[in-house]
Amino acid sequence: MHIELTQQQRAKQESFRAFVQAEIQPHADRYDQEERVPLEIIQRMADMGYLGAIIPREYGGSEMDMITFGLLNEAIGRGCSSLRSLLTVHSMVAYAILRWGSNAQKASWLPRLASGETIAAFGLSEPEVGSDAKSIMTTATVNEQGYTLQGRKKWMTYGQIAHLFLIFARNGASVSAFLVERETPGFSVSPISGMLGTRASMVAELLLEDSQIPAKNLLGGRGFGLASIASSALDIGRYCVAWGSVGILRACLEDSLRYSSQRQQFGVYLRQHQLIQQMITEMITNLSAARLLCLQAGYSKEQGDPATVIQTWIAKYFASVKASQAANDAVQIHGANGCSSAYSVQRYMRDAKIMEIIEGSTQIQQITIANAGYQELAF
Amino acid sequence: MEETKVRIKAFLARYLQNYDLPDDQDIFSLGFINSLFAMQLVLFVEKEFHIDVSNEDLDIDNFRTVNAIATLIEQKQTQQPQSVS
Repeated sequence: MHIELTQQQRAKQESFRAFVQAEIQPHADRYDQEERVPLEIIQRMADMGYLGAIIPREYGGSEMDMITFGLLNEAIGRGCSSLRSLLTVHSMVAYAILRWGSNAQKASWLPRLASGETIAAFGLSEPEVGSDAKSIMTTATVNEQGYTLQGRKKWMTYGQIAHLFLIFARNGASVSAFLVERETPGFSVSPISGMLGTRASMVAELLLEDSQIPAKNLLGGRGFGLASIASSALDIGRYCVAWGSVGILRACLEDSLRYSSQRQQFGVYLRQHQLIQQMITEMITNLSAARLLCLQAGYSKEQGDPATVIQTWIAKYFASVKASQAANDAVQIHGANGCSSAYSVQRYMRDAKIMEIIEGSTQIQQITIANAGYQELAF
Repeated sequence: MEETKVRIKAFLARYLQNYDLPDDQDIFSLGFINSLFAMQLVLFVEKEFHIDVSNEDLDIDNFRTVNAIATLIEQKQTQQPQSVS
């Protein structure tokens, strides 16, 4: 057994980290304070091939393997969780179209998603529906032209600027998925500000008022919206969030190592205090463990192994909980400085909390992982 | 066809725990189905039998029973011999 990146993966990892250090990290605190990311950095990510990371080359994408895609999420997550969340939702929609779209849908959308000409957002949550996704209230009514969508969607990451939305709507007893363009009559977007974390991810509420969607914009079969399309897209989303949490863990560790080596109290550097060392040890250990869980899930994805589904849940659960703990400790190590906007660790703490809520809350994950344990007895 | 059914039932047995599943039993009526299982089932069928489950195959009737899954696999293997690795 080898747990080792290939030469190509290592080279990609170095280039991702160099890009993030030069072009994202120096600005991430400002993005957070301004609650927006500039369109220029999104275009730069597109130009680097990041927005087309999982899109095949025949559609203009980078066709990264799942391990390399994970390393990209870690690197972007190290610099700015709000930009990592763009990579997440954009890739979720790209994946859904790639996996379940018709040839015409793939040819129409994938090149534009890869180039960044089209930014995509994922529309499942609603004002009254979060974890209980089966209970969505947005409706799709069949008519001669296609479908009429009616309802509200809330907390759409990058909804403020996205051009294309993957919207889930109830059609009788089942749920279907629709590709909804921003210009659709009856479709409107309201920005949401003042979020706790990933504040620059330009979250929005969507309103669909008798929005007419052409039949060709139905994605996948009618009634398979949740079981196949949402599940597989959320699996990709969870994988991104798991790796993004590894990025936060690394950010916490790097900042804490630096600060505790420069700051003196009681005549010695903080790093010489054993209770500081204990927190550093937890960060190092949890970073290593979280990354290994992510690598395992990514390896299984590459193999098409069904085990990847539960491995991704486990990786996301562990990495997000440990990122929160690490960020909490990083603020503690930084003391009053850590509570000020002059230091990034307060941003990590707010961003890490979001990781425990999105793509399956910690509690939903605890239920799911335990149930899988009882069903499969294969751990 | 019979060997295919044996392999399908071996996969489903991980979820059923000591229940002897008839080939024509509606597995969606057994109460353990969730979206996580549905996704694992599709991945299992693709990996185990070297086929690609596409948009058009996403008909719930194709996955309702062991017989239906085996029929889908047989059809896909006939259509996609190039996918066999």
